[in-house]
This record gives sequence, structure tokens and C-alpha cells, in this order.
Amino acid sequence: MLTMNEPADRLPGRAALARKVLPYALLSPAVLVTLAIVFFPMIQAAWMSLHDYILWKPKDFTFVGLKNFTAALQDEVFWISLRHTIIWIAVTIPAQLLLGLATALLLNQQFPWRPLARALIIIPWALPSVVIALMWVWIYDANYGILNEFMLRLGLIKASVPWLADPDTALYAIILTLTWQGFPFFAVMILAGLQSIPKSYYEAASLDGAGALRQFWHITLPGISGVLVTAVLLRTIWVANSIDVIYVMTGGGPGYATYTLPLYAFIKARTNLDFGYGSSLAVLFTLMLLGLVIVYLRRAGRSVN
Amino acid sequence: MVGRKSLLKRILIVDVPMLLILTFTLGPYLWMLLTSLTSESRLFTEGPSLVGATLENYVRLFATVGFLTNLMHSFIIAAGTVVVGLSLSVTAAYSFSRFSFRGKRYLLLQFLIINMFPVVLLILPLFVMMRVLGILDTHLALIIANATVAIPFSVWMMTSYMNGIPKSLDEAAMTDGCTRLGALWRVVLPLCTPGIIATGIYIFITAWNEYLYALTLGGRNVRPITVAIQTLIGEYEVEWGLLTSGGIIGAMPATILFLIVQKRLISGLTQGAVKG
Repeated sequence: MLTMNEPADRLPGRAALARKVLPYALLSPAVLVTLAIVFFPMIQAAWMSLHDYILWKPKDFTFVGLKNFTAALQDEVFWISLRHTIIWIAVTIPAQLLLGLATALLLNQQFPWRPLARALIIIPWALPSVVIALMWVWIYDANYGILNEFMLRLGLIKASVPWLADPDTALYAIILTLTWQGFPFFAVMILAGLQSIPKSYYEAASLDGAGALRQFWHITLPGISGVLVTAVLLRTIWVANSIDVIYVMTGGGPGYATYTLPLYAFIKARTNLDFGYGSSLAVLFTLMLLGLVIVYLRRAGRSVN
Repeated sequence: MVGRKSLLKRILIVDVPMLLILTFTLGPYLWMLLTSLTSESRLFTEGPSLVGATLENYVRLFATVGFLTNLMHSFIIAAGTVVVGLSLSVTAAYSFSRFSFRGKRYLLLQFLIINMFPVVLLILPLFVMMRVLGILDTHLALIIANATVAIPFSVWMMTSYMNGIPKSLDEAAMTDGCTRLGALWRVVLPLCTPGIIATGIYIFITAWNEYLYALTLGGRNVRPITVAIQTLIGEYEVEWGLLTSGGIIGAMPATILFLIVQKRLISGLTQGAVKG
């Protein structure tokens, strides 16, 4: 250790300089490239959001100040999308969390096929979102989908439901898909947290006569609370951002029934080629997420040191 | 007697619920697989079934849709992203793991923050930028776009792997006459190989699965598998046999790679979270 952090001033001039510069030199390729392909474009997006910029009128790049932003706040679709974004997060995250927690608790038990179960449980995580969207569209198919057949046989519904074409069910159908895709992440994270709790705690608790429920409440939950908070933050940011599954499954429709804010920004730019307005929606959405990101970074920053 | 009773209890409260969750997890995938093995003509009369399973959908997929080119495009992009992501992050990770210097914390967090930004915020300016540079619809464009995810991820993973290798090893190499970079190249990197492979595979999977960048920045000449599948959905709307076989093929490389490295990958991914 000592030799690594040897005080620089004891070395001759050039070597000291080299030692001071070396860490930055080693970092520079990665830092410069991310500056060029991530941070510079982001500034450009903020700049575009202050302009009237429609892609098929390339010469027309007029500065309009905050016009796009005030227009967004008066845009009905903006508010619809915002409402869906909130529902989207508020239903998906708890669903993923509870299912993930249950899965992790089960995987933490002793049973012969545990390694197999642990390997298989994460498969949804590895699949391309387009394939996920494809197979769920097939499951939800109004005429031949297995979900309709299943529920008809059980007598839960009387007639086939066009899950993705009905504005009342479309958003929730996609939420179920996203829950399916994302709960393995929770399961894996929580399982790692569970395994870091010393076994002796449970032994001591059961000697003291604490039942399974009290052990869960007083040992398990406090033991995994750190992981839970981190996982919820990460997932919330990720779920809020995720638009590929929605885009493939419904493209936002029927009507605006499955628009979320980032999807609206994407569609504005992609179909209307309105990059000025699209960017301003993206910037607004980013600002809303920023609070969560800062909380997460604070936590991560602590663990870095 | 006690043993049998507790076994029964275990089956009821562990095995059965686990099996239910696994059914939910694997069901949709297996259903897709089953559909892809059913011939199109039987699909709508009898529904998907293993009786009379056939590969005709797969044959048709490669014969008529030209899936091979799409697979090739995906492969070039994913492999390119792996090269870019790993090569740029190795020295950065070494710097983070071996030195303490001013601004280290902010530089590290900078890499963490990148993946928190909405894709849509990046996609619009990247499109404009690449249009100006004239590289839209090339492999390069998609490699750059995927690198925005791959570089920060890779820096974090590699830093955590390198932290696990004792610093005394570099010192020993340097006393034996190695330079700093020599120590990195000859001692640290070989020891990191498993970590590098796991990180590389994860980058490969992510780039292979990526869809929005591929759709926006590629599309005509360069059409990765994910975009091809999405186009299939539009073109062959009701031919579910063909569509599902496309899905199976598109997901295959990522699924297999993932199952191979899942153990190492998960320990790397969760390490940070548990500490935090």
C-alpha cells in the first residue's frame, strides 16, 4: 500500500509529474469518448429544445426560447402521457418488487433443484425487448391468444377481450408484460442481499422463540433494506425510461391509451419529425427524473468511498 | 415420520410456489417456441401443439425473409460494441482501481449517471449529429450509439473486478522491472480474463438486443435482427408461426450466452448494490 501512494514530492520532478498525470491519462480515452457521444449530444438536445426545429425544414432553426416548454404544458397529450407514466411506474414497480421478493425468498430456501431454478428465472431479462413484445402480443391476441382461451375456460370472462386494442386494458396489459420482464432483476438483487445476512442471526432469534414472521420482520427486512432501496430506485428510473416494449406492442395506441412521456417525445420526433418539440418533451421528462437520479447517486457515491 | 412430514411441508411452501413462478416466467417463452414448431395451416384450426411438430416455419423464415443478413448485421454491431467498450474501459478501470486522485469520485459517478438518462434524450441529438456527419445507417453509427451504454457499464464492472486483484501483485511486477502499463498488461489483465469475458458477453447481449437506436439510426442498409423482427410483425401480421420462429432465432444467441455466464455476471452486478 505504502509504495502505491508514495508521496509525489519525494520523487524527482519528471517522475512526480508523470505519476500525477498518469491516472488522468489512463482515464482520458473513456472520458473523452463519453463526452463526445453522451454529454455533448445531451447539451445539443437542450439547445434544440429552445428552437423551432422540424427535420424536413432543415434551414429553419429559429430560436424561440421557452416556447416549446410552455406549449407542452398546454398540450393535452402531454398531461395524458404524464398520467400514464405515473400509473406505469406506480403499478409496475410494486408488482415487480413483490414478485421479486417472493422469488428471492423461495430461492433462498434449500431444495434440490435450486441452481436450475436460479438459472432459469432470469431468462426474461436476457431476451430482446422486441421478442418480448412479440410473444406477449401473441398471448394477448384477440382471436387466438392463449390468455383469452385460458380465461374463457376458467369462466373469468364471457367473451374474448381484445386486450391491446381496448383503451381500458391496453396500458395494464403492457404493465403485466413489463412486470414479467423486470421482476427477475429484483429477485436476483434481493437474493444477493438475503445471502449476506449471517445465519447466526436467525439461529439466535429462533432460540429466543421468534416465529418465521417475526424473523422476517426484524431480521430479513432490515437486512435487505439497503438493497431494496437501491433496486427500487434503479428500476424506477429504468422502467420510466423504457419505451421499446410499448412502442412495439401498441405504438402508443389505441388513441393515446398507452402513451408515456418518453414515448410521446420519441413519436413526436420520429413520426412528426418535430425535433424541437420532441427534445423539449425529453428535457422536461429528464428534469422530472433528476430527483430520483440524485438520490440514487448520493447512495452510490457513499459506497464508492 | 418427521422427515416425511417436513418434506411434504417443504414441497408445499417452497417447491410448489417456485414451480408456479417458473411457469409464469418460462410459460410465454415456451408458448412462443411451441407456436413456432406448429405448421401455419394447423395453427388456426387446432392451435399450437407438439403433435406433428415441424421446422417449416424456420425454413420459410430463412428462405423468404432473408434473416441471415440481419443476423450478420447484428453480429457486426454487437462485436464492434464489445471491442470499443472493452478497449476504452480497461485503462480507465485500472486508473480507478489503483490510484487515488483529485476528482476521482466525480469521474466515477459521471460514468454511473450516463445510464440513468432517458434513451430518448440521446437518440434525438445523436440522430441529428450522425446526419451531419453522414454516418446514418452504417454499422459505425450503431456501434457508437451502443457504446453510450457499453462504456460506462464496462468501466464499472471492470473496476469492481480489478479491485478484487491485490495491489501487491502490480508492485511485485514493478519491482521486477515492469512499467506501470507493463504491470497492467502482463499481470492484472490476465488475472481479469474471466471478468473481461463476462463483461464482454454482457455488452454483446445488450447490443444484440438493442432496438430503439437500431430503428432510428439504422434501418435501411443496416437492419439488425430486432428491427427485422419488428418489420415482420407489420408484414406478416397473422402468420404467427413465422413470427414466433423469428422471435426464437432472434433471442437465441443472447439467451445461450446469458445462461453460460449468468453466475459470474450476477455476482458482479449485485456486488455494488449489496454494498450500497
